[in-house]
Amino acid sequence: MPILEVDRLEKHYPLHSGLLGSLVGARRFVHAVNGVSFALDEGANMGLAGESGCGKTTTAKLILRLLTPTGGAIRFAGADIAALQGPGLLAYRRQAQFVFQNPYEALNPRFTILRAMLEPLIVHGIGASATDRVLRVAEALQQVHLDPPEAFFMKYPHQLSGGQLQRVVIARALLVGPSLLVADEPVSMLDVSVRAGVLNLMRDLTRRRGLTTLYISHDLALIRYMCTTTAVMYLGTICEIGPTAEIIEHPKHPYTQALVAAVPDPDPARAAPAVEITEGMPTPLHLPPGCPFADRCPKVMEVCRRIRPQLQPVEGVQVACHLYGEAH
Amino acid sequence: MALLDVSSLSVEYQSLYGPVHAVRGASLSVSAGRALGLVGESGCGKTTLARALIGVLPRGARVTGGAVRVDGTDLLRLPPEAVNEYRWRRIAIVPQAAMDSLDPVQRVGDQMVETMVLRGGLTRDGARARARELFRLVGLEPERLRLFPHELSGGMKQRAVIALALALRPQLVIADEPVTALDVIVQHQVLRTLRDLRQALDLSLLLITHDISVVAHLCDDVAVMYAGRIVESGPVAEVFARPRHPYTMGLRNAFPSLRDSQEHLVPIEGYPPDLASPPRGCAFAERCPFAVPRCWDEDPDLTPFGDGLSAACHRAHEAAMLRDHAAEAFERMARDKTPVAPPEAK
Repeated sequence: MPILEVDRLEKHYPLHSGLLGSLVGARRFVHAVNGVSFALDEGANMGLAGESGCGKTTTAKLILRLLTPTGGAIRFAGADIAALQGPGLLAYRRQAQFVFQNPYEALNPRFTILRAMLEPLIVHGIGASATDRVLRVAEALQQVHLDPPEAFFMKYPHQLSGGQLQRVVIARALLVGPSLLVADEPVSMLDVSVRAGVLNLMRDLTRRRGLTTLYISHDLALIRYMCTTTAVMYLGTICEIGPTAEIIEHPKHPYTQALVAAVPDPDPARAAPAVEITEGMPTPLHLPPGCPFADRCPKVMEVCRRIRPQLQPVEGVQVACHLYGEAH
Repeated sequence: MALLDVSSLSVEYQSLYGPVHAVRGASLSVSAGRALGLVGESGCGKTTLARALIGVLPRGARVTGGAVRVDGTDLLRLPPEAVNEYRWRRIAIVPQAAMDSLDPVQRVGDQMVETMVLRGGLTRDGARARARELFRLVGLEPERLRLFPHELSGGMKQRAVIALALALRPQLVIADEPVTALDVIVQHQVLRTLRDLRQALDLSLLLITHDISVVAHLCDDVAVMYAGRIVESGPVAEVFARPRHPYTMGLRNAFPSLRDSQEHLVPIEGYPPDLASPPRGCAFAERCPFAVPRCWDEDPDLTPFGDGLSAACHRAHEAAMLRDHAAEAFERMARDKTPVAPPEAK
């Protein structure tokens, strides 16, 4: 049974339309997440890819309940957590942890590393005594290769490098023993030479602990390295989902095809193919009734503007595109 | 002769704790019609180097040595008014995050016209015509000149600042991280525009980036910068296929590729040195799995190896052998946190 199930998840933000607008009664919404569904088995990992503004970070925040969904369900270990509040939500947070994008902002600059790490233990009432908690912190720091841990206890965030800070953030997330880890662009703020170290560390730690992991990234190369399953998002919906290798080597959806083709390769011998779609994603404000990608799609058909395609199985993956259906 | 020739350029920043040696004797050159990619991690001095080239260093920074020759004339020896004859007219710069510096309350076209009139000496009508021409050149409809910056997407804004850089028909454009903030599809299209412009206008390009795949995509030559120095340079294909400097070898192993499913990424252990007190020897020695005693004492010079290739490494003559061991050696160093014994020299 999947540990995490997301079912037709939605998050709509009302637009402030001013006094006149509200009198007329025309409420408009930004459809940040518009019907996202997927399931993750225990110990599995998935990458959520897409351009900025596609709703991938909003999806992550909904799953962690940093935001409350407007519609749809999120089931974690069988229980719906979409409307959790109070003690129930606190208990869920111990199960589901977040690794933030920017380690420079994720840690309180006025807290020492020890203090910042003790905080989640105190909040969740973990550890029999103060000594026990400090020992747990030391062990957690050691696991992310910050050795010897005592050397980092009394340091402040500004005294550490970006790579070290991100290790602290990862250690802090794992400290409360979660079973789900969501990482939003975990290395995009780090330099190339230290990225690989943080990625390898996350891969080892999550595998060893059998953690269910969701990586959010715009970088398909990173997702290929980290994830067995990939979901590609466009304008608040998943347009293609399946095994990573299949999605990157044989992309089906025209958007995935463009996204994969646009990634430059570090090997100058491999020529980059041309990308035929127009630049710039439309805002998720006036969603067309049909396929959200129709306006930019080089293979658009008449049906695409009328009927919204649903995810359907095509050669081992799921694709939301009329090219692969009988609808036309 | 090279269009731009930078030799042993050094730049210092004043700080509370004494000078920070941001650029320490960097040398590179861009030939007419070629594109050079300057790659390096943040803090390696690549942006400082670019700004020093056209004399627009921030307050507190000053050039302490070296030469910047354009067609043989050393810009650093010229009086400020004379440098103006080169700035933007011969060498134009697209600064980092330039697209976010557009004035939000002025139409994009008005900003371009005003700049061209005040700084470029064009007439108002001439500038207006030129702006339309430039917009077409970078792939924007001239009608968009009437829009305000918030009405343009990120890619369009980046195209607009590239257009402005081209206004006075420079021979060389310096572009500092021109596609970093853009989404991958837009990035791809802006890169393609840059490549088309190079051909159409016979432009030379100095592209500054941390992303080696962007360099592989767009540039003929590459210069790898580390801790204020150029450690390796040469034709892109040759440098990436057969790096001679261990830092370049390490970067190749640390960079994920979308099209390679079997790869294993290897980090470069450690962090760049503090440039307030740069090490006496090679700045990379601390992170280098192949360092020998000499590396700690003596900073290697950038030495030519023929075919336009240069590397600053005491063991560059053994590069072929080091390359074979690089992934394994960096891996071991990351695991053990200690420099490994270098493989025996032949």
